[in-house]
Amino acid sequence: MKSLEELAAIKARMQDKVIMREGSGQIRVVVGMATCGIAAGARPVLDRFVEDVEKEGLADRVAVKQTGCIGICQYEPVVEVHEGGKDKVTYVKMTAEKVDEIVEKHIKGGQPVLEYTITHVGD
Amino acid sequence: MVHYNASLEDTEFYKLQRRVVLRNCGVIDPESIDEYIAVDGYAALGKALTSMTPAQVVDEIKASGLRGRGGGGFPTGMKWSFTAAQNNPVKYVVCNADEGDPGAFMDRSVLEGDPHCIIEGMALCGYATGAHEGYVYVRAEYPIAVKRLGKAIEDARAYGLLGKDIFGSGFDFDLYLRLGAGAFVCGEETALMTSIEGNRGEPRPRPPYPAVSGLFKKPTTENNVETFANVAQIILNGADWFASVGTERSKGTKVFALGGKINNTGLVEVPMGTTLRQIVEVVGGGIPNGKHFKAAQTGGPSGGCIPASMIDIEIDYDNLVAQGAMMGSGGMIIMDEDTCMVDIAKFFLQFTVDESCGKCTACRIGTKRLYELLEKITDGKGTLEDLDTMETLCRYIKDNSLCGLGQTAPNPVLSTYSRFPEEYKAHVVDKKCPAGVCKSLLTYVIDPEKCKGCTACARVCPVGAISGTVKEPHVIDAAKCIKCGSCMERCKFGAISKK
Ligand SMILES: Cc1cc2nc3c(=O)[nH]c(=O)nc-3n(C[C@H](O)[C@H](O)[C@H](O)COP(=O)(O)O)c2cc1C
Ligand code: SF4
Ligand code: SF4
Repeated sequence: MKSLEELAAIKARMQDKVIMREGSGQIRVVVGMATCGIAAGARPVLDRFVEDVEKEGLADRVAVKQTGCIGICQYEPVVEVHEGGKDKVTYVKMTAEKVDEIVEKHIKGGQPVLEYTITHVGD
Repeated sequence: MVHYNASLEDTEFYKLQRRVVLRNCGVIDPESIDEYIAVDGYAALGKALTSMTPAQVVDEIKASGLRGRGGGGFPTGMKWSFTAAQNNPVKYVVCNADEGDPGAFMDRSVLEGDPHCIIEGMALCGYATGAHEGYVYVRAEYPIAVKRLGKAIEDARAYGLLGKDIFGSGFDFDLYLRLGAGAFVCGEETALMTSIEGNRGEPRPRPPYPAVSGLFKKPTTENNVETFANVAQIILNGADWFASVGTERSKGTKVFALGGKINNTGLVEVPMGTTLRQIVEVVGGGIPNGKHFKAAQTGGPSGGCIPASMIDIEIDYDNLVAQGAMMGSGGMIIMDEDTCMVDIAKFFLQFTVDESCGKCTACRIGTKRLYELLEKITDGKGTLEDLDTMETLCRYIKDNSLCGLGQTAPNPVLSTYSRFPEEYKAHVVDKKCPAGVCKSLLTYVIDPEKCKGCTACARVCPVGAISGTVKEPHVIDAAKCIKCGSCMERCKFGAISKK
């Protein structure tokens, strides 16, 4: 990196991929893949998202990413869905089966599966 | 904007939190340097290298009021200025990622979730202090952290964010990883550097301080992971921004690993000055099973406890020290009325007995003898005189140990004894454990009035200590009973209790 301009160029190129813009139609699914998440079973959840997105041909508008710990250990595995112009949705205690339902109803159908979210699931 | 009220930010757990250190954890892909750059990553390094002098960087950190997050709370800017003042062409930056406190995982989460912010913080430190090489000492028990940090270093090198002439400024800086084998004492700064040098990780006397003669006898700045994680944000947003959060003498936020008898266990980041009550009742969601808050242990095996009577204490470095506890690295263990304070002290002491490196007699043998005293007390064989001996021994260990491990090892004992003297006395004088934890002081009894003679307890008892015929009250043979508690758990009529 020889200049600030180079850094700015990467930032400009990447920003829309991390922070969803309203109306872009892009969705970012992040799976908590810190030690706590992996220990609780995040890997099969991440794998299933990748498979489902592939299978349903959603790859051009849905990005599936891993991320670190968001801090709610007893709710792992945790998955967050970001979409421009809409509140983030935090899914907790995830399983591969729940992934299928979320991809169908939320990612494709636009309706979050509220019963799997942090404000609805007890511990 | 479409609202769902279904995200982490909508929970009580999150409400009082403020994320500076953890801002990217759970947001970006830690294995993507591009994503880090997308959220302003390396912008602080760029800013410093192209528009600030090293002295200005030190001054900015000083003005922010940032204090070391590794335990002691030493002012970071001042520490940097000591190294910067050394006239030596070779200096080092060391990041302490040994995180040995039982139950603490703040640093691990940062390394796993946002490794580039550590690299950026260390590079800024290197620039500010005139160092061109840095080491991250991370425990080998953190394989994911090691892998992600390793990848982050490679990616940063590939982008020229580590290496020669960064941002065309002429500043060179590179980083290396060193793995620790899991000895707690290797988290102590001088032992850590001895270990990086390839020797057995034992502390060495200070002075000379690391700023003068540290790693490989060169001037060295050593900081904790969380300390470094704050640095780039301070340079980017300014010292005033950082200092606007917190208390008079403790600025910014603190990450705690909240655990124990609490509804929401997890990683929380709150402004300095948040009260213990807010952490327990709001962030932590209270104590499970309708039990009551008894005390919080901060600072792990070096720390102390804050009793329920002090629940409105504003958490910062100085308030905790004034209460005989300490911030420590951020482990916070919540205890309810079922926790025996003598037992807790014994638990932490067992840890220090195991982890003492053995260099000092007071620490090596003293902690062992202290442990034996506590064992005597929890076994119901203690005397009032033992309590006095215990206190004297605590002072002796503190005064005669070389490093912080020995100097602070008696803290959990001293703190629980000063806060809960009646509990110690109950063990010694009445031969009772009020919390019902210490097995030697408990007896399990069956209430003949309540016992229906269902035989469930007799069947579950692993040692055949319970006798009685069907539909007749059963009895426990105290001589045979090993106090496992199975019978009490099994009885449907609440006929069995421990006294
Ligand atoms: C026995 C012992 C263990 C320690 N373990 C750690 C540790 O795991 N991580 C850490 O950052 N500091 C640890 N410290 C404190 C370090 O010696 C040092 O003070 C600290 O890393 C300085 O960084 P800071 O100024 O950023 O807080 C330990 C100290 C002692 C005495
Ligand atoms: S105080 Fe204990 S841990 Fe520290 S150097 Fe002495 S023996 Fe080792
Ligand atoms: S506490 Fe355990 S050993 Fe004692 S009587 Fe009950 S089941 Fe048997």
